[in-house]
Amino acid sequence: MPIQDFLADLLNPDLRFLPKALAVAVMSSIVCGVVGCYVVLRGMAFIGDAVAHAVFPGLAVAFVVSGNLIVGGTVAGVVTAVLIAVFSQTRRLREDSVIGIFFVGAFALGVVIISRAPGYAGSLEQFLFGSIAGIPDRDLVVVAVAGLGVLAVVLALHPQLVAVTLDRESARALGLRVFWYDLTLYVLVTLAVVISVQTIGNVLVLALLVAPAATARLLTDRLAVMMGLAPVIGSLAALIGLYLSWSWDLPVGATVVLVLTGAFLAAWLLAPRHGALTHLVRTAS
Amino acid sequence: MSARPVALAIHGLHVDLGGRPVLDGVDLDVERGELVGLIGPNGAGKTTLVRSVLGLLRPRAGTVRVDGHVVRPRRAGIGYVPQRTEFAWDFPISVEQVVMTGLVARHGLLRRPGVDAWRAVGRALDLVRMTDLRARPVGELSGGQRQRVLVARALVLDPSVLLLDEPFTGLDIPTQDILLELFTGLARQDRAVLMTTHDIVSALYSCDRVALLNRRVVAAGPASELRDPALWTRTFGVAEGSPLMRVLGAA
Repeated sequence: MPIQDFLADLLNPDLRFLPKALAVAVMSSIVCGVVGCYVVLRGMAFIGDAVAHAVFPGLAVAFVVSGNLIVGGTVAGVVTAVLIAVFSQTRRLREDSVIGIFFVGAFALGVVIISRAPGYAGSLEQFLFGSIAGIPDRDLVVVAVAGLGVLAVVLALHPQLVAVTLDRESARALGLRVFWYDLTLYVLVTLAVVISVQTIGNVLVLALLVAPAATARLLTDRLAVMMGLAPVIGSLAALIGLYLSWSWDLPVGATVVLVLTGAFLAAWLLAPRHGALTHLVRTAS
Repeated sequence: MSARPVALAIHGLHVDLGGRPVLDGVDLDVERGELVGLIGPNGAGKTTLVRSVLGLLRPRAGTVRVDGHVVRPRRAGIGYVPQRTEFAWDFPISVEQVVMTGLVARHGLLRRPGVDAWRAVGRALDLVRMTDLRARPVGELSGGQRQRVLVARALVLDPSVLLLDEPFTGLDIPTQDILLELFTGLARQDRAVLMTTHDIVSALYSCDRVALLNRRVVAAGPASELRDPALWTRTFGVAEGSPLMRVLGAA
């Protein structure tokens, strides 16, 4: 499909769900891109995956009782994040084991809950792999407000989050409450995931959190540039992914994720300083 | 030396971990202007002592005072330099930005560093002779340079006590010598510097005093006062003919 036809469809009043899906995808990409920088730099992709799965029972309950999906997902994600943070304080078990138990448990709970709802298979597929249809206007506002809230908290706490990431013991010695900053970051990840789940889907949302930030990391050695670049990469991938998905009738979440994966591979090969091919060419010359 | 004020005073410190006594009545004073080496075997309680001095562990008994004030939890007012392996060196951040994180607790939320903060960062970098590398990403630094960055971060609040945890691990001898000279210089600028180390020979040659720790301070003094082999066998639990004792005999 030529790009001008896609633009025409975006403006077509009969296809109002399409610009709404694009708006949600771009807002999600911006928020996930910024929050994802901490996820990548702290090596907490597994926690991101856990939270992404953990929101599922909340979505399922909200769906079954016809409540607000964003509220349901946030509550479930935050509860799981708190449980992980608390259980990880004991040194008998490593954090990854605790995460492994809670996220699969939460996901299984979600599957059991949604299996009680009529139209089980269709709703499950929509939750797992995302959909561009059926985003209510109210959710558009909720996503925008939640997204702005997440970005405001990141802006306020950025120096503290950086200090805690660099070296936890020194952060404690400086008087920072490391546990509370960890918890805040988990909640921010949860909110970023929840606002992205509807378009990208539960299984694929981790890519939106990790891939843009990881790609940006390959392109720069400066944190400020990385945190500016990641949302731009995510938003462009959302736009291109939606366009490709609309043109060829592909599932939107998976298409966005494949575009992100392509961007990451391109950066891995061609990044100006750290790219594999760049390095090869530099060594040869 | 006794005329100088004591900056760090540890008295009768007992600390238990998991119900097991790890420190059993530690007494140690460090005066302004002196560099003190803290040595002892693994499990002697060096890390526990460091964490207690920083106010991160609650002692069963005893006190830690900095400039006469009892250390409050998380408000020790001590410049702390962790082991280099504790730091995320792959983080995309410059030397001066790392040093600025030393002021993070002072800024609070929503306030960004002003001219005074950047001046303090500049002074700290000057002290460790890293001004030329202030804009460089920390991932590109050598081991010795990385150690200097951590020291600068600890100095940015201008503390009277500097606490260094194993600063020489993984560094070659020339780099260790340069750092030792730096630490001595920082002590001479009216600071108390306490350094844990496994490098006994360097500590004996370069520190003003050495404290031998094994759950308590077995002995503390200049190298010339630590010649009694019994002190070393008590601290390290080794026999008189061990390689350690032969090295100490030669030293």
